[in-house]
Amino acid sequence: MSDARTQILGGIRRSLRRGELAGEARSAVEARLASPPRGPSVARAQLPQPEKVALFCQWAETLNATVARVGADDVPGEVTAYLARNNLPANVAMAPSPLLEGYDWASQKMLSIRRGRGEGSDQVSVTGAFAGIAETGTVVMASGPDHPVSLNLLPDTHVVVLRESDVVAGYEDVWGRLRERYGKNLMPRTVNTITGPSRTGDIEQAMELGAHGPRRMHILVVRD
Amino acid sequence: MQSTAHAFKSNVGHALADPNLQDSLAKLKVGFSERRRQAAERLPEFEALRDRARDIKNHTLAHLDFYLEEFERKVIALGGKVHWAPTAADALQIISDLCKSVNARTVAKSKSMVAEEIALNEHLEALGIAPIETDLGEYIIQLRNEPPSHIIAPAVHLTKDQVADTFLEHHAKLGFDKRLTERNDLVAEARYVLRQKFLDADVGLTGANFLVAETGSSMLVTNEGNADLSNTLPKMHIVLASIEKVIPTLEDAAVLLRVLARSATGQESSAYTTLNTGPKKREDLDGPEQYHVVLLDNGRSSVLGTEMQEILRCIRCGACMNHCPVYGAVGGHAYGWVYPGPMGAVLTPQLVGVEEASNLPNASTFCGRCESVCPVRIPLPKLMRHWREREFEKHLTPKAVRQGLAVWSFLARRPALYRRLTGIANRVLALFGRADGRYGTLPLAGGWTRFRDFPAPQAGGTFHARWAARRKT
Ligand code: SF4
Repeated sequence: MSDARTQILGGIRRSLRRGELAGEARSAVEARLASPPRGPSVARAQLPQPEKVALFCQWAETLNATVARVGADDVPGEVTAYLARNNLPANVAMAPSPLLEGYDWASQKMLSIRRGRGEGSDQVSVTGAFAGIAETGTVVMASGPDHPVSLNLLPDTHVVVLRESDVVAGYEDVWGRLRERYGKNLMPRTVNTITGPSRTGDIEQAMELGAHGPRRMHILVVRD
Repeated sequence: MQSTAHAFKSNVGHALADPNLQDSLAKLKVGFSERRRQAAERLPEFEALRDRARDIKNHTLAHLDFYLEEFERKVIALGGKVHWAPTAADALQIISDLCKSVNARTVAKSKSMVAEEIALNEHLEALGIAPIETDLGEYIIQLRNEPPSHIIAPAVHLTKDQVADTFLEHHAKLGFDKRLTERNDLVAEARYVLRQKFLDADVGLTGANFLVAETGSSMLVTNEGNADLSNTLPKMHIVLASIEKVIPTLEDAAVLLRVLARSATGQESSAYTTLNTGPKKREDLDGPEQYHVVLLDNGRSSVLGTEMQEILRCIRCGACMNHCPVYGAVGGHAYGWVYPGPMGAVLTPQLVGVEEASNLPNASTFCGRCESVCPVRIPLPKLMRHWREREFEKHLTPKAVRQGLAVWSFLARRPALYRRLTGIANRVLALFGRADGRYGTLPLAGGWTRFRDFPAPQAGGTFHARWAARRKT
C-alpha cells in the first residue's frame, strides 16, 4: 500500500527532476492554497441584488426550470397551487429543515407532508436551497440532517424554496458561504449544484428531460 | 479494454461503409460543435477563462506530488480512504477487494473513462460481481456489448432506431415488449429499469472530473443525475480517478467548470455539478457509510517532464473530437481503444505503446481545429507530430515512407538539383494530366488515388519557380 504511494510520488518527483517540494517553492504553493486566487470574473452576474435575482430567474427558466416569485406568506399556497396546475398528487416528501418549518404548512389542508429522506416511489419533494447562482440559474444544495441528498434526486418533481437574499453572483460566492458556514477546509458530505431538471443528450444528441433525476424543477424565489 | 488501434486502417474501412454511423456523425457537426460556438459567443470572458484554465492545470502538474498529498490528507481527515494504484492491475485489485469487503453483488457505475481504461467491468464480471452502467449512453452500449465511441457521449454512433431495437431485445423479459419510437419514451423506460438497480446496488462507483486538494472533495459533472444516485444510495462510494485530475482549490474548479460544459455540449452549465467529501456524517439522513478514492497512475507520472506533458491538462470535454474531420468521418470505434479523436491519438500511444497505436497520430490532417477549441489549449497537432518523430526514430514508419523521406531529404539538402528535378517532374506530370486537372491513378501513389483523385500541376511551373518569378515583378 504505502509502497504504491511512494512509487507514484517518487515517479512524479523523478519526472519533475526534483525532490519533495521544500523551502520557498513549498511556501509559495501553500500560500496559494491558503488564499485561493480567483479566476477572471464573469461580468454578467456582477449586479446589484435585485438585478441579480432577476438574472437568476431568467437563466433558471432558460435552462428548463420554472420559477415563481412569492412572498413568505405565499410559499405553502404556491406549492399546493403548482401541484394542482400540473395534475400532481398533493403528497410531498419534505426536507426537515428549520427554514421550511418557518412557513405555515398547516394552512394547506389538502397537502399531505412526509418529512425525511427521499424514497424510490416519491413523486414530489420540497427542499430549501443553500444558495442560488445568478450566472447560470443554478440552485445549490448542501447535505445535512436538514437536507437529505436523496430528495434532490429521486422524485419526479423537485420544488425548491430559495430566499432572494441567498442569490449570489457565481460559484466563488458559494465557496465563500460554505467556508463561512462549515469552517475552512470543511464541507458537508455532498454539495449538489443543480441547473434545471435532469437531462440526457445520449440518444442522437437531442436533449431529453428526466433522465434519472427529476423531470421538473420548480423554484419558489421568496422575497425577504 | 483490448486495443485494436493497430487495425486502424481496416477499422476505418468498416466505419466509412456503415450508414447508421455516417448518419450519426453527420449530426455532430450541427450538434455539439455549433452549440459550443454559440455558448462561447455568449460569454465574453471565455477566452480569458481558457487561458486561466491552462495556467491552473500547468501549475498543478508542476506541483502534482504536493497536491496529491494534500488531497489525501484532507480525505483522511474527513473519514475517507485513499488508495494508490501505480498500474491498472493494482486498481482492479483494490476495487475488487473493496467490493468483496461488503459482499457486493452489484455495483452501480456512473460513466468513467478510467474504468474503461482498466477494463473494470470485465474484471468484476469474472468475480461474479455485476457492474451496472447507469449513464444512459453507457447503459445502451453495455447492453449491446460495445465499447464507447465518444468520451462524453458513448453511444453517439447509434441511431434512435438501433436503441429501440436494443431495448426491445433486453427489456422484453421485464415486461416492456412494445418497440418504442420516441426518444423520450426510450429515456423513460431506461429510467424505470435502472431505478430499482440503483436502490439495490451495494457499491456505487464513479469517476471524477476533478479532485479538489483544498477540501479533499471529488467533483462530478453530469446531466442525468445518475452519478449522484450512484454516490448517494449505496453504502459504499468508490471514486476511481487518475492522478492528473487533482486541482488546487474550489476557485480553480469554478474556472474549469465554466469552460468544461461549454466546450463539451455548449451548455451554460451541466445539470449536476456535485462535490462529495468523505462518507456521510453521523447525523446525515442518507449518503454512503464508506468513501474511498482510488488514485490511478498507469503511466501518467512518466509523461510529466516530457514533451508530451501537455496532454495531462486534458479535462475530457470531447471538443477536440467533435471538431475533428477525421473523427467526423470514421467515428470513435475506429481508433480501437478507450480514447478516440485527437486527444486519443496523443494519449493512446502513451498508454498502450506506440508500436500498437502508431496509426493514430498519423490519422490527422493537421487542420488545427482541435487545438483551436481545446479549453485548456493543448497543442494537439504538435503532440501528434512528436509521436510521428518518435515512431520514425523507432523505425516503425513503413519502409516505403522511410525510403521516400530519405530521397526527399537527400534532395532537399541540394537545392539546385531539387529545383531541376521537380521542374522536370512537374512538366512530365502536366503532360499527362493537365487536361482533366487531376489523376485517377498515379504510379507509386496507389494508397492515395484508390480513394480520391490527385490534383494535376497547372501551368506556371513549380512553387519555387513561381515564387522566384513573383519576386522579380
Ligand atoms: S484534449 Fe482538450 S478538447 Fe480534447 S478532450 Fe481534452 S480538454 Fe477537451
